[in-house]
Amino acid sequence: MTVSEVNKYIKDLISRDLILSGLWVKGEISNFKNHYSGHFYFTLKDEKSLLKCVMFRSNASLLPFMPEDGMKVIIRGYVSVFERDGQYQLYAEEMQPDGIGALYVAFEKLKKKLEAEGLFDASRKKKLPYLPRAIGVVTSSTGAVIRDIINVLSRRFYNVNLKLYPVQVQGEQAAGQIAAAVRRFNELGNVDVIIVARGGGSLEELWPFNEEIVARSIYESRIPVISAVGHETDYTIADFVADMRAPTPSAAAEIVMPERAVVENRLDSLKLRLRNAMLKKTAMERLLLRKVEGSVAFRQPLNRIYQDRMLLDVQKKYMQKALSALDTKYRNRLSLLAATLDSLSPLKSLARGYSITKSKKDGSLVKTIHAVSVGDRLEICLTDGRLGCTVDSIEEDSNG
Amino acid sequence: MDNTELTFEQAMAELEEIVKRLEKGELTLDESISFFRRGVELTKYCNKKLDEAERSITMLIEGENGVIEKELPELDQGR
Repeated sequence: MTVSEVNKYIKDLISRDLILSGLWVKGEISNFKNHYSGHFYFTLKDEKSLLKCVMFRSNASLLPFMPEDGMKVIIRGYVSVFERDGQYQLYAEEMQPDGIGALYVAFEKLKKKLEAEGLFDASRKKKLPYLPRAIGVVTSSTGAVIRDIINVLSRRFYNVNLKLYPVQVQGEQAAGQIAAAVRRFNELGNVDVIIVARGGGSLEELWPFNEEIVARSIYESRIPVISAVGHETDYTIADFVADMRAPTPSAAAEIVMPERAVVENRLDSLKLRLRNAMLKKTAMERLLLRKVEGSVAFRQPLNRIYQDRMLLDVQKKYMQKALSALDTKYRNRLSLLAATLDSLSPLKSLARGYSITKSKKDGSLVKTIHAVSVGDRLEICLTDGRLGCTVDSIEEDSNG
Repeated sequence: MDNTELTFEQAMAELEEIVKRLEKGELTLDESISFFRRGVELTKYCNKKLDEAERSITMLIEGENGVIEKELPELDQGR
């Protein structure tokens, strides 16, 4: 037999085996090569051995994820022989990440990446408005979700302002539309809060909400975003990025808008408290006023004045008395002085017979004989008139 | 006082603060009166805000000249 014949025989033998013609193989990928032809070449291994694998382009191009070394996978395919190399290998037709779905792997990968980038940071979460003036909703215009949201909102607060931005919520277009809608609301700035919603579905159906483009649009939104995707148990990337996760679309409607009655009650209670506090304050102030009013000064406000007036009167009397005493004192003194003055008056002396001699020349008083000469003209003043005289002689007293 | 920039939430928060300050009773009478006046004004403002909103449920449609708002047909709103 030739080498080729041996290999061909083995190939035929293997091809006839029922097990080897269709089987699932579990293992870890290594030596992964994405050939330019589009075929994948790699080795599948477990703890003990290796198995050569190939996945042709027709199958490889359909994979929703890119295999890589170290990835644990389950492969469906068949075992056959590559005659040229005399080597048997696994021809992979389908590949799934082991244990968890391919989407789940992608989900975990994106989640890890965005988390590392800080897109889920609690510090980045915006506070929801208490009473939004307008609510933006990004969801399908058909179906139960928008109706549920409208119903719940209407029940809670009839005068609600809701703007729906209709989008596809599944399929290839969905992610792009959802992201664009969130951005559009931000451009328009016509709502205070955005709800991104979708009803329940399979992981594949919810997939748009796990796409990076949606996550980024939510992260970049200046307007707070509530995510409400699927059922309570469904978590999407959008849920992690959103400022608030609502377990369901109806729950989102309950979160976004308070019940009008509750708001009114809160306002009423504040109003009541405001009034009571003010009443209490005025009552207290009034009490204080009463206390002050009750004091003596307020009961007999003129008392003080009467008292002061009495005091004033007494003082006045004292003063008058003192004044009159002063008056008498000075009067007495005055009459005394007047009497003295009187006694000193030259006129009095003249009356008693004394006279005053003045020089006619200059009117000076003549007090000594030495002041005059014989022949000088003198004037002698008496009590009742004056005499003009001429000095005839001058005699000095012997004892003068 | 100008409240035009005040959101409902801000007005409520201010009102709450005023009520707390008043309830403490540490203000003078004059202060209390001016706080009370502001409080009354805020409650009126909040009531107005509650009533001024009109029910409006629309769908945004991208048109040639920007977005158009179309009223969304009401089905069973179960008012």
